[in-house]
Amino acid sequence: MIDLRSKIMATGNFETTIGLEVHVEMQTNSKLMSPSPVHYGDKPNENTNVIDFGYPGVLPVANKGALEYGMRAALALNATISPFIRWDRKNYFYPDNPKAYQTTQSQTPLGKNGYLDVTLADGTTKRIRIKELHVEEDAGKNTHGTDGYSYVDLNRQGTPLIEIVSEPDIASPDEAYAYLEQLRQAILFTGISEAKMQEGQMRADVNISIRPYGSSEYGTKVEMKNINSFNYVRNALIFEEKRQAEVLRSGGIIQQETRRYNEPTKSTILMRVKEGADDYRYFPEPDLAPVVIDQNWIDKVADELPKSAGDRQTSYVSTLGIERYDAEVLTQTLAMSDFYDATVAAGADAKRAANYLIGDVNAFMNKHQVELQETQLTPEHLAGMIKLIESGTISTKQAKQVFEAIMAGEEPEAFAKKNGLVQISDPEVLLTWITEVLDNNPQSIEDFKGGKDRATGYLIGQLMKMSKGQANPGVMNKLLLAELAKR
Amino acid sequence: MSETTISKEEVAHVAGLAKLAFNETELEQFTTQLDSILTIFDTLGEVDTEQVEPTYSVTENVNHLRQDVADNWHQKQALLENAPLEAADLIKVPAILDGEGE
Repeated sequence: MIDLRSKIMATGNFETTIGLEVHVEMQTNSKLMSPSPVHYGDKPNENTNVIDFGYPGVLPVANKGALEYGMRAALALNATISPFIRWDRKNYFYPDNPKAYQTTQSQTPLGKNGYLDVTLADGTTKRIRIKELHVEEDAGKNTHGTDGYSYVDLNRQGTPLIEIVSEPDIASPDEAYAYLEQLRQAILFTGISEAKMQEGQMRADVNISIRPYGSSEYGTKVEMKNINSFNYVRNALIFEEKRQAEVLRSGGIIQQETRRYNEPTKSTILMRVKEGADDYRYFPEPDLAPVVIDQNWIDKVADELPKSAGDRQTSYVSTLGIERYDAEVLTQTLAMSDFYDATVAAGADAKRAANYLIGDVNAFMNKHQVELQETQLTPEHLAGMIKLIESGTISTKQAKQVFEAIMAGEEPEAFAKKNGLVQISDPEVLLTWITEVLDNNPQSIEDFKGGKDRATGYLIGQLMKMSKGQANPGVMNKLLLAELAKR
Repeated sequence: MSETTISKEEVAHVAGLAKLAFNETELEQFTTQLDSILTIFDTLGEVDTEQVEPTYSVTENVNHLRQDVADNWHQKQALLENAPLEAADLIKVPAILDGEGE
Protein backbone atom coordinates (compact mmCIF):
# COMPACT_ATOMS: atom_id res chain seq x y z
CA MET A 1 0.00 0.00 0.00
CA ILE A 2 2.77 2.39 0.96
CA ASP A 3 4.53 1.49 -2.26
CA LEU A 4 1.49 2.34 -4.35
CA ARG A 5 0.96 5.65 -2.60
CA SER A 6 4.53 6.82 -3.06
CA LYS A 7 4.29 5.76 -6.67
CA ILE A 8 1.17 7.83 -7.28
CA MET A 9 2.81 10.79 -5.60
CA ALA A 10 5.79 10.51 -7.91
CA THR A 11 3.94 9.97 -11.16
CA GLY A 12 0.41 11.15 -10.47
CA ASN A 13 -1.99 8.36 -11.46
CA PHE A 14 0.23 7.06 -14.21
CA GLU A 15 1.69 3.60 -14.42
CA THR A 16 5.16 3.01 -15.73
CA THR A 17 6.26 0.50 -18.35
CA ILE A 18 9.95 -0.24 -18.74
CA GLY A 19 11.80 -2.52 -21.12
CA LEU A 20 15.56 -3.05 -21.07
CA GLU A 21 18.02 -4.06 -23.76
CA VAL A 22 21.18 -5.18 -22.07
CA HIS A 23 24.46 -5.69 -23.91
CA VAL A 24 27.12 -7.86 -22.34
CA GLU A 25 30.58 -8.27 -23.84
CA MET A 26 31.47 -11.94 -24.04
CA GLN A 27 35.03 -12.82 -23.08
CA THR A 28 35.93 -15.03 -25.97
CA ASN A 29 39.53 -15.34 -27.13
CA SER A 30 38.84 -13.77 -30.53
CA LYS A 31 36.33 -11.39 -32.07
CA LEU A 32 32.98 -12.37 -33.55
CA MET A 33 33.99 -12.05 -37.20
CA SER A 34 37.79 -11.83 -37.07
CA PRO A 35 40.53 -13.71 -35.21
CA SER A 36 41.87 -10.51 -33.58
CA PRO A 37 42.29 -10.96 -29.82
CA VAL A 38 39.55 -9.76 -27.48
CA HIS A 39 41.51 -8.05 -24.74
CA TYR A 40 40.79 -4.97 -22.66
CA GLY A 41 43.42 -2.35 -21.91
CA ASP A 42 45.88 -2.88 -24.78
CA LYS A 43 47.42 -0.01 -26.76
CA PRO A 44 45.00 1.62 -29.23
CA ASN A 45 44.26 -0.37 -32.38
CA GLU A 46 46.71 -3.12 -31.32
CA ASN A 47 44.06 -5.83 -31.75
CA THR A 48 42.80 -4.96 -35.21
CA ASN A 49 43.12 -6.31 -38.71
CA VAL A 50 41.62 -5.65 -42.16
CA ILE A 51 38.33 -7.25 -41.14
CA ASP A 52 37.91 -5.01 -38.09
CA PHE A 53 38.76 -1.99 -40.24
CA GLY A 54 36.01 -2.97 -42.68
CA TYR A 55 38.25 -3.28 -45.72
CA PRO A 56 36.54 -4.23 -48.94
CA GLY A 57 36.93 -7.81 -50.08
CA VAL A 58 37.45 -9.44 -46.71
CA LEU A 59 35.44 -12.58 -46.10
CA PRO A 60 34.76 -12.85 -42.39
CA VAL A 61 34.00 -16.20 -40.74
CA ALA A 62 31.86 -16.31 -37.59
CA ASN A 63 33.33 -17.46 -34.29
CA LYS A 64 31.85 -20.75 -33.08
CA GLY A 65 32.90 -20.04 -29.50
CA ALA A 66 30.97 -16.76 -29.49
CA LEU A 67 27.83 -18.55 -30.66
CA GLU A 68 28.27 -21.14 -27.92
CA TYR A 69 28.70 -18.41 -25.29
CA GLY A 70 25.51 -16.84 -26.62
CA MET A 71 23.80 -20.21 -26.30
CA ARG A 72 24.95 -20.41 -22.67
CA ALA A 73 23.29 -17.06 -21.95
CA ALA A 74 20.11 -18.22 -23.70
CA LEU A 75 20.04 -21.44 -21.67
CA ALA A 76 20.69 -19.64 -18.38
CA LEU A 77 17.76 -17.32 -19.15
CA ASN A 78 15.42 -20.21 -19.98
CA ALA A 79 15.16 -19.18 -23.62
CA THR A 80 14.49 -21.40 -26.62
CA ILE A 81 17.48 -21.59 -28.93
CA SER A 82 16.59 -21.09 -32.59
CA PRO A 83 17.30 -24.15 -34.71
CA PHE A 84 18.37 -21.89 -37.59
CA ILE A 85 19.93 -18.46 -37.59
CA ARG A 86 20.85 -16.05 -40.33
CA TRP A 87 23.04 -12.99 -39.92
CA ASP A 88 21.75 -9.54 -40.82
CA ARG A 89 23.35 -6.18 -41.43
CA LYS A 90 22.13 -3.21 -39.43
CA ASN A 91 23.33 -0.16 -41.30
CA TYR A 92 24.47 3.12 -39.76
CA PHE A 93 27.35 5.52 -40.25
CA TYR A 94 29.61 6.23 -37.34
CA PRO A 95 33.42 6.20 -37.12
CA ASP A 96 33.47 3.66 -34.28
CA ASN A 97 32.41 1.07 -36.87
CA PRO A 98 34.15 1.52 -40.21
CA LYS A 99 32.09 -1.26 -41.82
CA ALA A 100 29.07 1.08 -41.57
CA TYR A 101 26.95 -1.84 -40.43
CA GLN A 102 26.70 -4.06 -37.41
CA THR A 103 26.44 -7.81 -37.94
CA THR A 104 23.53 -9.05 -35.85
CA GLN A 105 20.40 -11.19 -36.11
CA SER A 106 17.17 -9.45 -36.93
CA GLN A 107 14.66 -12.06 -38.10
CA THR A 108 16.20 -15.10 -36.44
CA PRO A 109 17.46 -14.24 -32.93
CA LEU A 110 19.73 -16.85 -31.35
CA GLY A 111 17.29 -17.26 -28.45
CA LYS A 112 13.74 -16.26 -27.67
CA ASN A 113 10.94 -16.55 -25.09
CA GLY A 114 13.13 -16.70 -22.00
CA TYR A 115 12.61 -15.30 -18.55
CA LEU A 116 14.37 -14.30 -15.36
CA ASP A 117 12.70 -14.66 -11.97
CA VAL A 118 13.68 -11.53 -10.09
CA THR A 119 13.52 -11.20 -6.30
CA LEU A 120 12.19 -7.75 -5.43
CA ALA A 121 12.91 -5.64 -2.36
CA ASP A 122 9.74 -6.85 -0.59
CA GLY A 123 10.88 -10.46 -0.96
CA THR A 124 8.38 -11.37 -3.68
CA THR A 125 9.47 -12.85 -6.97
CA LYS A 126 8.51 -11.37 -10.32
CA ARG A 127 9.01 -13.09 -13.63
CA ILE A 128 10.47 -10.72 -16.23
CA ARG A 129 10.05 -12.23 -19.68
CA ILE A 130 12.91 -12.07 -22.12
CA LYS A 131 11.78 -11.50 -25.66
CA GLU A 132 14.98 -12.43 -27.46
CA LEU A 133 18.75 -12.69 -27.38
CA HIS A 134 21.11 -11.78 -30.23
CA VAL A 135 24.79 -12.36 -30.74
CA GLU A 136 26.23 -9.27 -32.39
CA GLU A 137 29.28 -7.06 -32.68
CA ASP A 138 30.40 -4.31 -30.36
CA ALA A 139 31.71 -1.06 -31.84
CA GLY A 140 35.04 0.68 -31.27
CA LYS A 141 35.64 3.53 -28.88
CA ASN A 142 35.59 7.25 -29.73
CA THR A 143 37.29 9.91 -27.71
CA HIS A 144 36.15 13.43 -28.48
CA GLY A 145 38.96 15.97 -28.51
CA THR A 146 38.61 19.69 -27.94
CA ASP A 147 40.51 20.34 -31.18
CA GLY A 148 37.66 19.66 -33.59
CA TYR A 149 38.63 16.01 -33.99
CA SER A 150 37.50 12.70 -32.59
CA TYR A 151 39.91 9.84 -31.99
CA VAL A 152 39.00 6.24 -32.73
CA ASP A 153 40.33 3.04 -31.19
CA LEU A 154 39.01 -0.09 -32.90
CA ASN A 155 40.30 -2.64 -30.36
CA ARG A 156 36.76 -3.21 -29.15
CA GLN A 157 35.27 -3.22 -32.66
CA GLY A 158 33.90 -6.71 -33.34
CA THR A 159 33.99 -7.97 -29.74
CA PRO A 160 31.08 -10.38 -29.44
CA LEU A 161 28.10 -9.09 -27.49
CA ILE A 162 25.04 -10.85 -26.24
CA GLU A 163 22.06 -8.52 -26.41
CA ILE A 164 19.27 -9.44 -24.01
CA VAL A 165 15.93 -7.82 -24.80
CA SER A 166 13.32 -7.91 -22.06
CA GLU A 167 9.58 -7.65 -22.57
CA PRO A 168 8.11 -4.42 -21.12
CA ASP A 169 7.38 -6.26 -17.84
CA ILE A 170 9.26 -3.89 -15.56
CA ALA A 171 7.02 -1.52 -13.62
CA SER A 172 9.37 0.77 -11.70
CA PRO A 173 12.95 2.07 -11.55
CA ASP A 174 13.60 -0.17 -8.54
CA GLU A 175 12.41 -3.24 -10.43
CA ALA A 176 14.72 -2.28 -13.28
CA TYR A 177 17.61 -2.10 -10.81
CA ALA A 178 16.78 -5.50 -9.29
CA TYR A 179 16.45 -7.04 -12.76
CA LEU A 180 19.84 -5.69 -13.85
CA GLU A 181 21.58 -6.91 -10.71
CA GLN A 182 20.13 -10.38 -10.97
CA LEU A 183 20.65 -10.55 -14.71
CA ARG A 184 24.29 -9.69 -14.13
CA GLN A 185 24.60 -12.54 -11.62
CA ALA A 186 22.92 -14.99 -13.99
CA ILE A 187 25.35 -13.99 -16.74
CA LEU A 188 28.36 -14.16 -14.39
CA PHE A 189 27.49 -17.76 -13.56
CA THR A 190 27.46 -18.78 -17.22
CA GLY A 191 31.19 -18.00 -17.27
CA ILE A 192 30.89 -15.96 -20.49
CA SER A 193 31.73 -12.57 -19.00
CA GLU A 194 32.85 -10.91 -15.80
CA ALA A 195 30.35 -8.18 -16.73
CA LYS A 196 32.53 -5.45 -15.21
CA MET A 197 30.51 -2.25 -15.28
CA GLN A 198 33.54 0.02 -14.95
CA GLU A 199 35.06 -1.49 -18.10
CA GLY A 200 31.83 -1.11 -20.01
CA GLN A 201 31.33 -4.87 -20.29
CA MET A 202 27.66 -4.50 -19.43
CA ARG A 203 25.50 -1.61 -20.70
CA ALA A 204 21.79 -1.02 -20.82
CA ASP A 205 19.50 0.67 -23.31
CA VAL A 206 16.34 1.69 -21.51
CA ASN A 207 12.81 2.19 -22.85
CA ILE A 208 10.22 3.87 -20.67
CA SER A 209 6.67 5.00 -21.19
CA ILE A 210 3.85 5.92 -18.84
CA ARG A 211 0.08 5.68 -19.22
CA PRO A 212 -2.93 6.46 -17.05
CA TYR A 213 -3.83 3.55 -14.76
CA GLY A 214 -6.35 1.32 -16.50
CA SER A 215 -5.41 2.42 -20.02
CA SER A 216 -5.09 -0.52 -22.40
CA GLU A 217 -2.54 1.11 -24.69
CA TYR A 218 1.07 1.84 -23.87
CA GLY A 219 2.23 5.43 -23.87
CA THR A 220 4.86 6.67 -26.32
CA LYS A 221 8.24 5.36 -25.29
CA VAL A 222 11.44 7.26 -24.80
CA GLU A 223 14.79 5.54 -25.18
CA MET A 224 18.07 6.10 -23.38
CA LYS A 225 21.12 4.31 -24.70
CA ASN A 226 24.33 2.86 -23.35
CA ILE A 227 24.01 3.49 -19.63
CA ASN A 228 26.81 1.61 -17.87
CA SER A 229 25.78 1.87 -14.22
CA PHE A 230 22.74 0.35 -12.53
CA ASN A 231 22.39 3.46 -10.36
CA TYR A 232 22.39 5.70 -13.43
CA VAL A 233 19.68 3.52 -14.97
CA ARG A 234 17.55 3.90 -11.85
CA ASN A 235 18.15 7.67 -11.63
CA ALA A 236 17.42 8.17 -15.33
CA LEU A 237 14.15 6.24 -14.99
CA ILE A 238 13.09 8.16 -11.87
CA PHE A 239 13.68 11.44 -13.72
CA GLU A 240 11.88 10.25 -16.88
CA GLU A 241 8.82 9.01 -14.94
CA LYS A 242 8.40 12.46 -13.45
CA ARG A 243 9.20 14.39 -16.62
CA GLN A 244 6.72 12.41 -18.71
CA ALA A 245 4.01 12.74 -16.06
CA GLU A 246 4.51 16.49 -15.98
CA VAL A 247 4.31 16.72 -19.78
CA LEU A 248 1.08 14.71 -19.85
CA ARG A 249 -0.48 16.56 -16.91
CA SER A 250 0.13 19.89 -18.59
CA GLY A 251 -1.66 18.62 -21.69
CA GLY A 252 1.47 17.94 -23.76
CA ILE A 253 2.37 14.84 -25.73
CA ILE A 254 5.42 12.59 -25.38
CA GLN A 255 7.57 12.41 -28.48
CA GLN A 256 9.28 9.17 -29.47
CA GLU A 257 12.84 10.25 -28.92
CA THR A 258 16.26 9.28 -27.69
CA ARG A 259 17.51 11.01 -24.56
CA ARG A 260 20.79 10.95 -22.73
CA TYR A 261 21.25 10.59 -18.98
CA ASN A 262 23.36 13.31 -17.40
CA GLU A 263 24.72 12.21 -14.02
CA PRO A 264 25.76 15.59 -12.56
CA THR A 265 22.18 16.89 -12.79
CA LYS A 266 20.56 13.43 -12.50
CA SER A 267 18.38 14.39 -15.44
CA THR A 268 17.88 13.35 -19.05
CA ILE A 269 18.57 15.49 -22.12
CA LEU A 270 17.05 15.22 -25.59
CA MET A 271 19.50 13.80 -28.13
CA ARG A 272 17.44 13.16 -31.21
CA VAL A 273 14.00 12.23 -32.35
CA LYS A 274 14.08 8.47 -32.78
CA GLU A 275 14.92 6.77 -36.03
CA GLY A 276 12.56 3.99 -36.97
CA ALA A 277 13.75 0.41 -37.51
CA ASP A 278 13.42 1.04 -41.27
CA ASP A 279 16.15 3.61 -41.00
CA TYR A 280 18.66 0.90 -40.18
CA ARG A 281 17.86 -0.73 -43.53
CA TYR A 282 18.37 -4.27 -42.21
CA PHE A 283 19.18 -6.80 -44.88
CA PRO A 284 20.49 -10.37 -44.93
CA GLU A 285 24.27 -10.61 -44.67
CA PRO A 286 25.42 -12.08 -47.99
CA ASP A 287 28.96 -12.96 -46.84
CA LEU A 288 28.14 -15.28 -43.95
CA ALA A 289 26.71 -18.77 -44.02
CA PRO A 290 23.59 -19.45 -41.94
CA VAL A 291 23.91 -21.59 -38.84
CA VAL A 292 21.92 -24.71 -38.03
CA ILE A 293 21.78 -25.55 -34.33
CA ASP A 294 20.66 -29.10 -33.53
CA GLN A 295 19.75 -30.61 -30.17
CA ASN A 296 23.13 -32.40 -29.86
CA TRP A 297 24.93 -29.10 -30.05
CA ILE A 298 22.58 -27.51 -27.51
CA ASP A 299 23.08 -30.50 -25.15
CA LYS A 300 26.84 -30.19 -25.44
CA VAL A 301 26.72 -26.50 -24.53
CA ALA A 302 24.28 -27.24 -21.68
CA ASP A 303 26.78 -29.77 -20.27
CA GLU A 304 29.48 -27.09 -20.18
CA LEU A 305 27.22 -24.53 -18.51
CA PRO A 306 28.30 -23.93 -14.89
CA LYS A 307 25.62 -24.38 -12.19
CA SER A 308 23.61 -21.23 -11.48
CA ALA A 309 24.04 -19.14 -8.34
CA GLY A 310 20.60 -20.23 -7.11
CA ASP A 311 21.39 -23.93 -7.46
CA ARG A 312 24.70 -23.44 -5.69
CA GLN A 313 23.06 -21.56 -2.79
CA THR A 314 20.53 -24.35 -2.36
CA SER A 315 23.21 -27.02 -2.25
CA TYR A 316 25.40 -25.01 0.14
CA VAL A 317 22.50 -24.66 2.55
CA SER A 318 21.06 -28.15 2.29
CA THR A 319 24.18 -30.27 1.71
CA LEU A 320 26.94 -28.32 3.43
CA GLY A 321 24.89 -26.76 6.23
CA ILE A 322 25.92 -23.17 5.42
CA GLU A 323 23.73 -20.24 6.49
CA ARG A 324 21.56 -18.82 3.71
CA TYR A 325 23.18 -15.37 4.01
CA ASP A 326 26.68 -16.85 3.77
CA ALA A 327 25.64 -18.91 0.75
CA GLU A 328 24.50 -15.68 -0.92
CA VAL A 329 27.80 -13.95 -0.21
CA LEU A 330 29.76 -16.93 -1.56
CA THR A 331 27.78 -16.83 -4.80
CA GLN A 332 28.23 -13.15 -5.56
CA THR A 333 30.83 -14.08 -8.14
CA LEU A 334 31.50 -17.25 -10.08
CA ALA A 335 35.18 -17.05 -9.13
CA MET A 336 34.37 -17.02 -5.39
CA SER A 337 31.85 -19.82 -5.67
CA ASP A 338 34.19 -22.01 -7.75
CA PHE A 339 36.98 -21.32 -5.26
CA TYR A 340 34.76 -22.34 -2.39
CA ASP A 341 33.74 -25.56 -4.12
CA ALA A 342 37.39 -26.41 -4.78
CA THR A 343 38.37 -25.65 -1.16
CA VAL A 344 35.67 -27.97 0.17
CA ALA A 345 36.63 -30.59 -2.40
CA ALA A 346 40.22 -30.38 -1.12
CA GLY A 347 39.00 -31.55 2.28
CA ALA A 348 38.31 -28.31 4.16
CA ASP A 349 35.54 -28.06 6.72
CA ALA A 350 32.68 -26.38 4.83
CA LYS A 351 31.77 -23.84 7.53
CA ARG A 352 35.31 -22.84 8.31
CA ALA A 353 36.09 -22.47 4.60
CA ALA A 354 33.01 -20.25 4.18
CA ASN A 355 34.03 -18.12 7.18
CA TYR A 356 37.55 -17.62 5.88
CA LEU A 357 36.43 -16.67 2.37
CA ILE A 358 33.70 -14.30 3.54
CA GLY A 359 35.87 -12.81 6.30
CA ASP A 360 39.64 -12.75 5.99
CA VAL A 361 39.93 -13.41 2.24
CA ASN A 362 37.32 -10.77 1.34
CA ALA A 363 39.01 -8.30 3.70
CA PHE A 364 42.34 -9.01 2.00
CA MET A 365 40.80 -8.45 -1.45
CA ASN A 366 39.24 -5.16 -0.34
CA LYS A 367 42.41 -3.94 1.34
CA HIS A 368 44.58 -4.66 -1.68
CA GLN A 369 41.88 -3.90 -4.28
CA VAL A 370 42.39 -7.21 -6.05
CA GLU A 371 40.14 -9.92 -7.43
CA LEU A 372 40.31 -13.40 -5.93
CA GLN A 373 42.00 -14.80 -9.02
CA GLU A 374 44.68 -12.12 -8.77
CA THR A 375 45.78 -13.28 -5.31
CA GLN A 376 48.33 -16.05 -4.68
CA LEU A 377 45.81 -18.04 -2.68
CA THR A 378 44.88 -21.51 -3.93
CA PRO A 379 41.97 -23.67 -2.73
CA GLU A 380 44.50 -26.38 -1.74
CA HIS A 381 46.44 -23.99 0.51
CA LEU A 382 43.30 -22.65 2.16
CA ALA A 383 42.06 -26.20 2.71
CA GLY A 384 45.51 -27.18 4.02
CA MET A 385 45.44 -24.41 6.64
CA ILE A 386 41.89 -25.29 7.67
CA LYS A 387 42.89 -28.94 8.11
CA LEU A 388 45.78 -27.86 10.37
CA ILE A 389 43.29 -25.94 12.52
CA GLU A 390 40.73 -28.75 12.56
CA SER A 391 43.31 -31.31 13.66
CA GLY A 392 44.53 -29.03 16.45
CA THR A 393 48.00 -28.83 14.91
CA ILE A 394 47.86 -25.04 14.96
CA SER A 395 45.74 -22.69 17.05
CA THR A 396 43.39 -20.19 15.44
CA LYS A 397 45.77 -17.54 16.74
CA GLN A 398 48.72 -19.15 14.96
CA ALA A 399 46.49 -19.48 11.90
CA LYS A 400 46.65 -15.71 11.50
CA GLN A 401 50.34 -15.99 10.58
CA VAL A 402 49.71 -18.98 8.37
CA PHE A 403 46.93 -17.04 6.65
CA GLU A 404 49.31 -14.20 5.78
CA ALA A 405 51.71 -16.79 4.39
CA ILE A 406 49.18 -18.60 2.19
CA MET A 407 48.02 -15.24 0.84
CA ALA A 408 51.64 -14.82 -0.27
CA GLY A 409 51.58 -18.21 -1.99
CA GLU A 410 53.25 -20.36 0.68
CA GLU A 411 52.32 -23.95 1.44
CA PRO A 412 50.64 -23.91 4.88
CA GLU A 413 52.07 -27.06 6.48
CA ALA A 414 55.63 -26.33 5.40
CA PHE A 415 55.29 -22.73 6.60
CA ALA A 416 53.94 -23.81 10.02
CA LYS A 417 56.78 -26.29 10.48
CA LYS A 418 59.47 -23.88 9.36
CA ASN A 419 58.26 -21.22 11.79
CA GLY A 420 57.62 -23.53 14.70
CA LEU A 421 53.92 -22.83 14.52
CA VAL A 422 52.92 -26.07 16.08
CA GLN A 423 50.36 -26.34 18.77
CA ILE A 424 51.28 -28.68 21.59
CA SER A 425 48.33 -30.71 22.80
CA ASP A 426 50.24 -33.66 24.27
CA PRO A 427 49.08 -33.87 27.95
CA GLU A 428 52.43 -35.28 29.10
CA VAL A 429 54.37 -32.29 27.82
CA LEU A 430 51.75 -29.86 29.09
CA LEU A 431 51.70 -31.50 32.54
CA THR A 432 55.47 -31.11 32.93
CA TRP A 433 55.07 -27.37 32.34
CA ILE A 434 52.05 -27.10 34.59
CA THR A 435 53.85 -28.85 37.44
CA GLU A 436 56.84 -26.54 37.08
CA VAL A 437 54.73 -23.37 36.98
CA LEU A 438 52.60 -24.43 39.95
CA ASP A 439 55.71 -25.34 41.99
CA ASN A 440 57.14 -21.91 41.32
CA ASN A 441 53.95 -19.99 42.15
CA PRO A 442 52.51 -21.17 45.47
CA GLN A 443 50.94 -17.73 46.02
CA SER A 444 48.79 -18.14 42.91
CA ILE A 445 47.54 -21.48 44.17
CA GLU A 446 46.49 -19.81 47.42
CA ASP A 447 44.80 -17.00 45.48
CA PHE A 448 42.92 -19.54 43.38
CA LYS A 449 41.72 -21.39 46.44
CA GLY A 450 40.70 -18.05 47.92
CA GLY A 451 38.38 -17.60 44.96
CA LYS A 452 40.45 -15.22 42.82
CA ASP A 453 39.72 -16.17 39.21
CA ARG A 454 42.47 -13.88 38.04
CA ALA A 455 44.99 -16.29 39.42
CA THR A 456 44.41 -18.81 36.62
CA GLY A 457 44.89 -16.04 34.07
CA TYR A 458 48.31 -15.31 35.52
CA LEU A 459 49.24 -19.01 35.49
CA ILE A 460 48.14 -19.46 31.89
CA GLY A 461 50.19 -16.43 30.94
CA GLN A 462 53.23 -18.09 32.52
CA LEU A 463 52.51 -21.36 30.73
CA MET A 464 52.11 -19.67 27.35
CA LYS A 465 55.42 -17.94 27.87
CA MET A 466 57.07 -21.21 28.77
CA SER A 467 55.58 -22.95 25.70
CA LYS A 468 56.45 -20.02 23.42
CA GLY A 469 52.74 -19.72 22.63
CA GLN A 470 52.55 -23.26 21.32
CA ALA A 471 50.41 -24.82 24.04
CA ASN A 472 46.89 -25.75 22.99
CA PRO A 473 44.93 -23.35 25.20
CA GLY A 474 41.83 -25.53 25.45
CA VAL A 475 43.67 -28.65 26.55
CA MET A 476 46.00 -26.74 28.84
CA ASN A 477 43.18 -24.92 30.61
CA LYS A 478 41.45 -28.18 31.38
CA LEU A 479 44.63 -29.81 32.66
CA LEU A 480 45.53 -26.77 34.77
CA LEU A 481 42.14 -26.72 36.51
CA ALA A 482 42.44 -30.44 37.21
CA GLU A 483 45.94 -29.99 38.69
CA LEU A 484 44.85 -27.01 40.78
CA ALA A 485 42.03 -29.08 42.24
CA LYS A 486 44.58 -31.70 43.32
CA ARG A 487 46.75 -29.24 45.25
CA MET B 1 -1.10 -4.25 -56.18
CA SER B 2 -1.03 -0.51 -55.67
CA GLU B 3 1.43 1.57 -57.59
CA THR B 4 4.65 2.38 -55.76
CA THR B 5 5.59 6.00 -55.53
CA ILE B 6 8.30 7.78 -53.65
CA SER B 7 8.02 11.31 -52.35
CA LYS B 8 10.66 14.01 -52.34
CA GLU B 9 10.61 13.91 -48.55
CA GLU B 10 11.40 10.17 -48.55
CA VAL B 11 14.30 10.69 -50.94
CA ALA B 12 15.65 13.48 -48.76
CA HIS B 13 15.28 11.25 -45.69
CA VAL B 14 17.11 8.30 -47.28
CA ALA B 15 19.81 10.64 -48.57
CA GLY B 16 20.22 11.93 -45.00
CA LEU B 17 20.70 8.37 -43.71
CA ALA B 18 23.43 7.90 -46.31
CA LYS B 19 24.99 11.21 -45.25
CA LEU B 20 24.27 12.77 -48.65
CA ALA B 21 23.00 16.31 -49.22
CA PHE B 22 21.12 17.19 -52.41
CA ASN B 23 20.04 20.58 -53.69
CA GLU B 24 16.47 21.13 -54.94
CA THR B 25 17.32 20.29 -58.59
CA GLU B 26 19.08 17.05 -57.61
CA LEU B 27 16.26 16.12 -55.31
CA GLU B 28 13.70 16.49 -58.15
CA GLN B 29 15.94 14.51 -60.48
CA PHE B 30 16.55 11.59 -58.06
CA THR B 31 12.92 11.45 -57.03
CA THR B 32 11.86 11.02 -60.66
CA GLN B 33 14.59 8.43 -61.29
CA LEU B 34 13.90 6.44 -58.12
CA ASP B 35 10.21 6.54 -58.87
CA SER B 36 10.72 4.88 -62.25
CA ILE B 37 13.06 2.32 -60.68
CA LEU B 38 10.39 1.46 -58.16
CA THR B 39 7.81 0.87 -60.89
CA ILE B 40 9.93 -2.14 -61.90
CA PHE B 41 9.05 -3.64 -58.53
CA ASP B 42 5.39 -3.16 -59.38
CA THR B 43 5.98 -5.26 -62.47
CA LEU B 44 7.75 -7.92 -60.35
CA GLY B 45 4.90 -7.69 -57.88
CA GLU B 46 2.49 -9.01 -60.51
CA VAL B 47 4.03 -12.48 -60.11
CA ASP B 48 2.26 -14.59 -57.48
CA THR B 49 4.95 -15.54 -54.95
CA GLU B 50 2.56 -16.58 -52.17
CA GLN B 51 3.96 -20.14 -52.02
CA VAL B 52 7.62 -19.21 -52.63
CA GLU B 53 10.11 -19.15 -49.77
CA PRO B 54 12.08 -15.89 -49.68
CA THR B 55 15.72 -16.23 -50.71
CA TYR B 56 17.88 -14.93 -47.92
CA SER B 57 21.13 -16.53 -48.92
CA VAL B 58 22.48 -18.09 -52.09
CA THR B 59 25.15 -20.09 -50.33
CA GLU B 60 24.48 -23.78 -49.78
CA ASN B 61 26.94 -23.73 -46.92
CA VAL B 62 25.77 -23.89 -43.35
CA ASN B 63 27.85 -23.83 -40.16
CA HIS B 64 30.93 -22.48 -41.84
CA LEU B 65 32.42 -21.41 -38.51
CA ARG B 66 35.82 -20.70 -37.01
CA GLN B 67 37.22 -22.07 -33.73
CA ASP B 68 37.61 -19.41 -31.05
CA VAL B 69 41.38 -19.00 -31.33
CA ALA B 70 42.97 -15.55 -31.19
CA ASP B 71 45.43 -14.66 -33.93
CA ASN B 72 46.82 -11.14 -34.12
CA TRP B 73 47.79 -10.42 -37.73
CA HIS B 74 49.81 -7.36 -36.60
CA GLN B 75 48.37 -5.12 -39.29
CA LYS B 76 48.03 -2.06 -37.05
CA GLN B 77 50.85 -0.01 -38.58
CA ALA B 78 49.79 -0.63 -42.17
CA LEU B 79 46.15 0.09 -41.34
CA LEU B 80 46.99 3.34 -39.56
CA GLU B 81 49.18 4.42 -42.49
CA ASN B 82 46.12 3.99 -44.69
CA ALA B 83 43.92 6.03 -42.37
CA PRO B 84 43.31 9.63 -43.55
CA LEU B 85 44.79 10.96 -40.32
CA GLU B 86 46.22 9.35 -37.23
CA ALA B 87 47.61 10.49 -33.90
CA ALA B 88 49.08 8.43 -31.07
CA ASP B 89 47.93 5.14 -32.65
CA LEU B 90 44.37 6.49 -32.94
CA ILE B 91 42.41 7.19 -36.10
CA LYS B 92 41.73 10.91 -36.29
CA VAL B 93 38.38 11.92 -37.75
CA PRO B 94 36.42 15.17 -37.92
CA ALA B 95 34.57 15.72 -34.64
CA ILE B 96 31.37 13.75 -34.35
CA LEU B 97 28.44 14.70 -32.21
CA ASP B 98 27.91 12.45 -29.26
CA GLY B 99 25.36 9.73 -29.62
CA GLU B 100 24.92 9.57 -33.36
CA GLY B 101 26.23 6.03 -33.37
CA GLU B 102 24.76 2.83 -32.08
